[in-house]
Amino acid sequence: MRLCAGQFPTNRYWDEPMSTVAETTIKLTRGPDTRPSATVRSRLQDLLPKIVLAPSFAATIVFVYGFILWTIYLSFTNSKTFPSYDITGARAYQRLWRWTFESDPPSSWYTSITNMGIFGFLYILICLALGLFLAILLDQKIRGEGVLRPIYLYPMALSFIVTGVAWKWFLDPGLGLEQTLHQWGWTSFHFDWIKNKDFVIYTVVIAGVWQASGFIMAMFLAGLRGIDGEIMKAAQIDGASTFQLYRRIVIPLLRPVFLSAFIVLAHLAIKSYDLVVALTSGGPGGSAWLPSNFMYEFTFKRNEMAVGSASAVIMLMTLTAIIVPYLYSELREKPR
Amino acid sequence: MLRKLLIGTALATSFAFSAHAADVKEVQMLHWWTSGGEAAALNVLKQDLAKEGYAWKDVPVAGGGGDAAMTALKAMVAAGNYPTASQMLGYTVLDYAAAGVMGDLTETAKKEGWDKSVPAALQKFSVYDGKWVAAPVNVHSVNWLWINKAVMDKIGGTEPKTFDDFVALLDKAKAAGVIPLALGGQNWQEATMFDSVVLSTGGPEFYKKAMNDLDDESLKSDTMKKSFDNLAKLVTYVDPNFSGRDWNLATAMVIKGDALVQVMGDWAKGEFHAANKTPGTDFLCYRFPGTDGSVVYNSDMFGMFNVPDDRKAAQVALATATLSKSFQSAFNVVKGSVPARTDVPDTDFDACGKKGIADLKKANEGGTLFGSLAQGYGAPPAVANAYKDVVSKFVHGQIKTSDEAVTELVKAIDDAK
Repeated sequence: MRLCAGQFPTNRYWDEPMSTVAETTIKLTRGPDTRPSATVRSRLQDLLPKIVLAPSFAATIVFVYGFILWTIYLSFTNSKTFPSYDITGARAYQRLWRWTFESDPPSSWYTSITNMGIFGFLYILICLALGLFLAILLDQKIRGEGVLRPIYLYPMALSFIVTGVAWKWFLDPGLGLEQTLHQWGWTSFHFDWIKNKDFVIYTVVIAGVWQASGFIMAMFLAGLRGIDGEIMKAAQIDGASTFQLYRRIVIPLLRPVFLSAFIVLAHLAIKSYDLVVALTSGGPGGSAWLPSNFMYEFTFKRNEMAVGSASAVIMLMTLTAIIVPYLYSELREKPR
Repeated sequence: MLRKLLIGTALATSFAFSAHAADVKEVQMLHWWTSGGEAAALNVLKQDLAKEGYAWKDVPVAGGGGDAAMTALKAMVAAGNYPTASQMLGYTVLDYAAAGVMGDLTETAKKEGWDKSVPAALQKFSVYDGKWVAAPVNVHSVNWLWINKAVMDKIGGTEPKTFDDFVALLDKAKAAGVIPLALGGQNWQEATMFDSVVLSTGGPEFYKKAMNDLDDESLKSDTMKKSFDNLAKLVTYVDPNFSGRDWNLATAMVIKGDALVQVMGDWAKGEFHAANKTPGTDFLCYRFPGTDGSVVYNSDMFGMFNVPDDRKAAQVALATATLSKSFQSAFNVVKGSVPARTDVPDTDFDACGKKGIADLKKANEGGTLFGSLAQGYGAPPAVANAYKDVVSKFVHGQIKTSDEAVTELVKAIDDAK
């Protein structure tokens, strides 16, 4: 624009108001003290967020997305103990595909993915249901809420390893619950799921739910507190029963909380490697494996890095296939 | 902006690395011998090296255990930051040697006469392409029975010489109301026991063919099926709560007299010692019935990395000290294993140790010293783990018959090769 103005110097608008020009010059002469430093400062202010974010941005690009690409690359090589960089085709995927259908006797991969289905479904469902239920109970303006809330929330502060070891002892028929009840005289009591190849995965669900449901409760409680009391009152005036109130008004209003809780639980479920290891050390005959256990075993213990990478890629794709459509459908409805 | 940041980071890292260069009088060692007895045994080596002026520096490993250490080692080696040496097992040494990161100790080996004193079967793992790349620390053998003597006397048992004797002995214990067989239901323990069962059922020739040469015909054979049937027979003598139990808890059952016998490698002896038990009076060690004369071994090795020249002297000192007769004796007395060279006097060892040394010598001379498949000395890790999978699935019932087990075993091993 400045160039454009310069091209028409004879324009009368430029000749006439001398005073304005003079003013401008004055401003300019006063300028050198303040203006450039102001620019530096404002530039710095503009840049500051970028500077602060740059390291974490770079780290994320390299260590998350870079290594995702690297893992995909490795899954098409014949890497064994160490990464090898010659692409040799999709043999790792072929093996996994074949193992997917070997159900009798179950291949380790088949066990891992069926366990993931059972564990993921039950863990997310029970945590959501239990969390919501506890939150609704706690929301009834009861006395001692300040004491109860941290009690339910506390398990989340423990690491999976601690949870796993504690539940391992508790569920062990020779040490924990069964033994105690036997000593108390209930000798017919029998609970050996943790030693049973068909039920061991459910003990992982129990321990996982114990740990996470309190946290989900806190999320729902925050959501409940955020609901406008006027709406509730209006519904009550309209004659809604408590059940209807929750069913038709409160729970639909909690939808964003469901979204957050689902995402938190889904990623916890996918990465609960340590829980399985601490609780069951893999279960009888490897019957408690999850895909993450499979991936670690093959990459680091069996020196089959290509197969391990391929299983990691499949885990990522499965997770993407579930989370992305869900996120899309949830976020599209409320464009803000 | 981003680029400057990256360059800065790269520079800082390279400074950090170059600042490392001058540590000559130091041995950097990656190992997972941290428990009481093992750490005490390793102290002998630290003192030997201190006498020669070398400081000892443990490479820290978070989480303990061999797996975590191997993961840490892989990361260090990938970064080009080699430790002086690392505790390693079997095929791992060869993997790293094939990747070209191991050092060369051939000169030291010649000077110290390792070629003659270290059993040939061990040299398969410590020598790669004609070069010594690792110093074996000990030889464990897995075909042992550990028996509580008080229980044995109570039921009036005698040393079982055949598999049928063994079953009869277990029956006696069962009748007396003792848990006959202490087993930890983790795949490596089950597979370790199965190593002995195969050797007992098929004999040395068969063991070598099936478990070291991975010969398809042998793996599919009726002898193998019989081995699985024998394993199934043994599993009927364990307590219902065995699944997932750690090996040392199973040993504790024998020590306390809750159980009669455990089939386990000679590291179990360390547990008996820690409980102040003496062989012969408190506990008995027999070879697994039908395997006398053969030794199924595994061995801890110190893999020696290709360190820069200024650190080589420390490495040679470490290797020499490791295979010195005094250390081999002192260490293995504590550890429960036997020396990795056959010319170490057995005077300091207990009865079981003396038998172990004699057996090793005999097996070495007679060609009946075999690598344990379960312990990663029979085949590379991929195969060994596939084998452990099959055995464990058989023990826990995912695989139901010995026919199916044999088919699965062949398939799994083919897959992993």
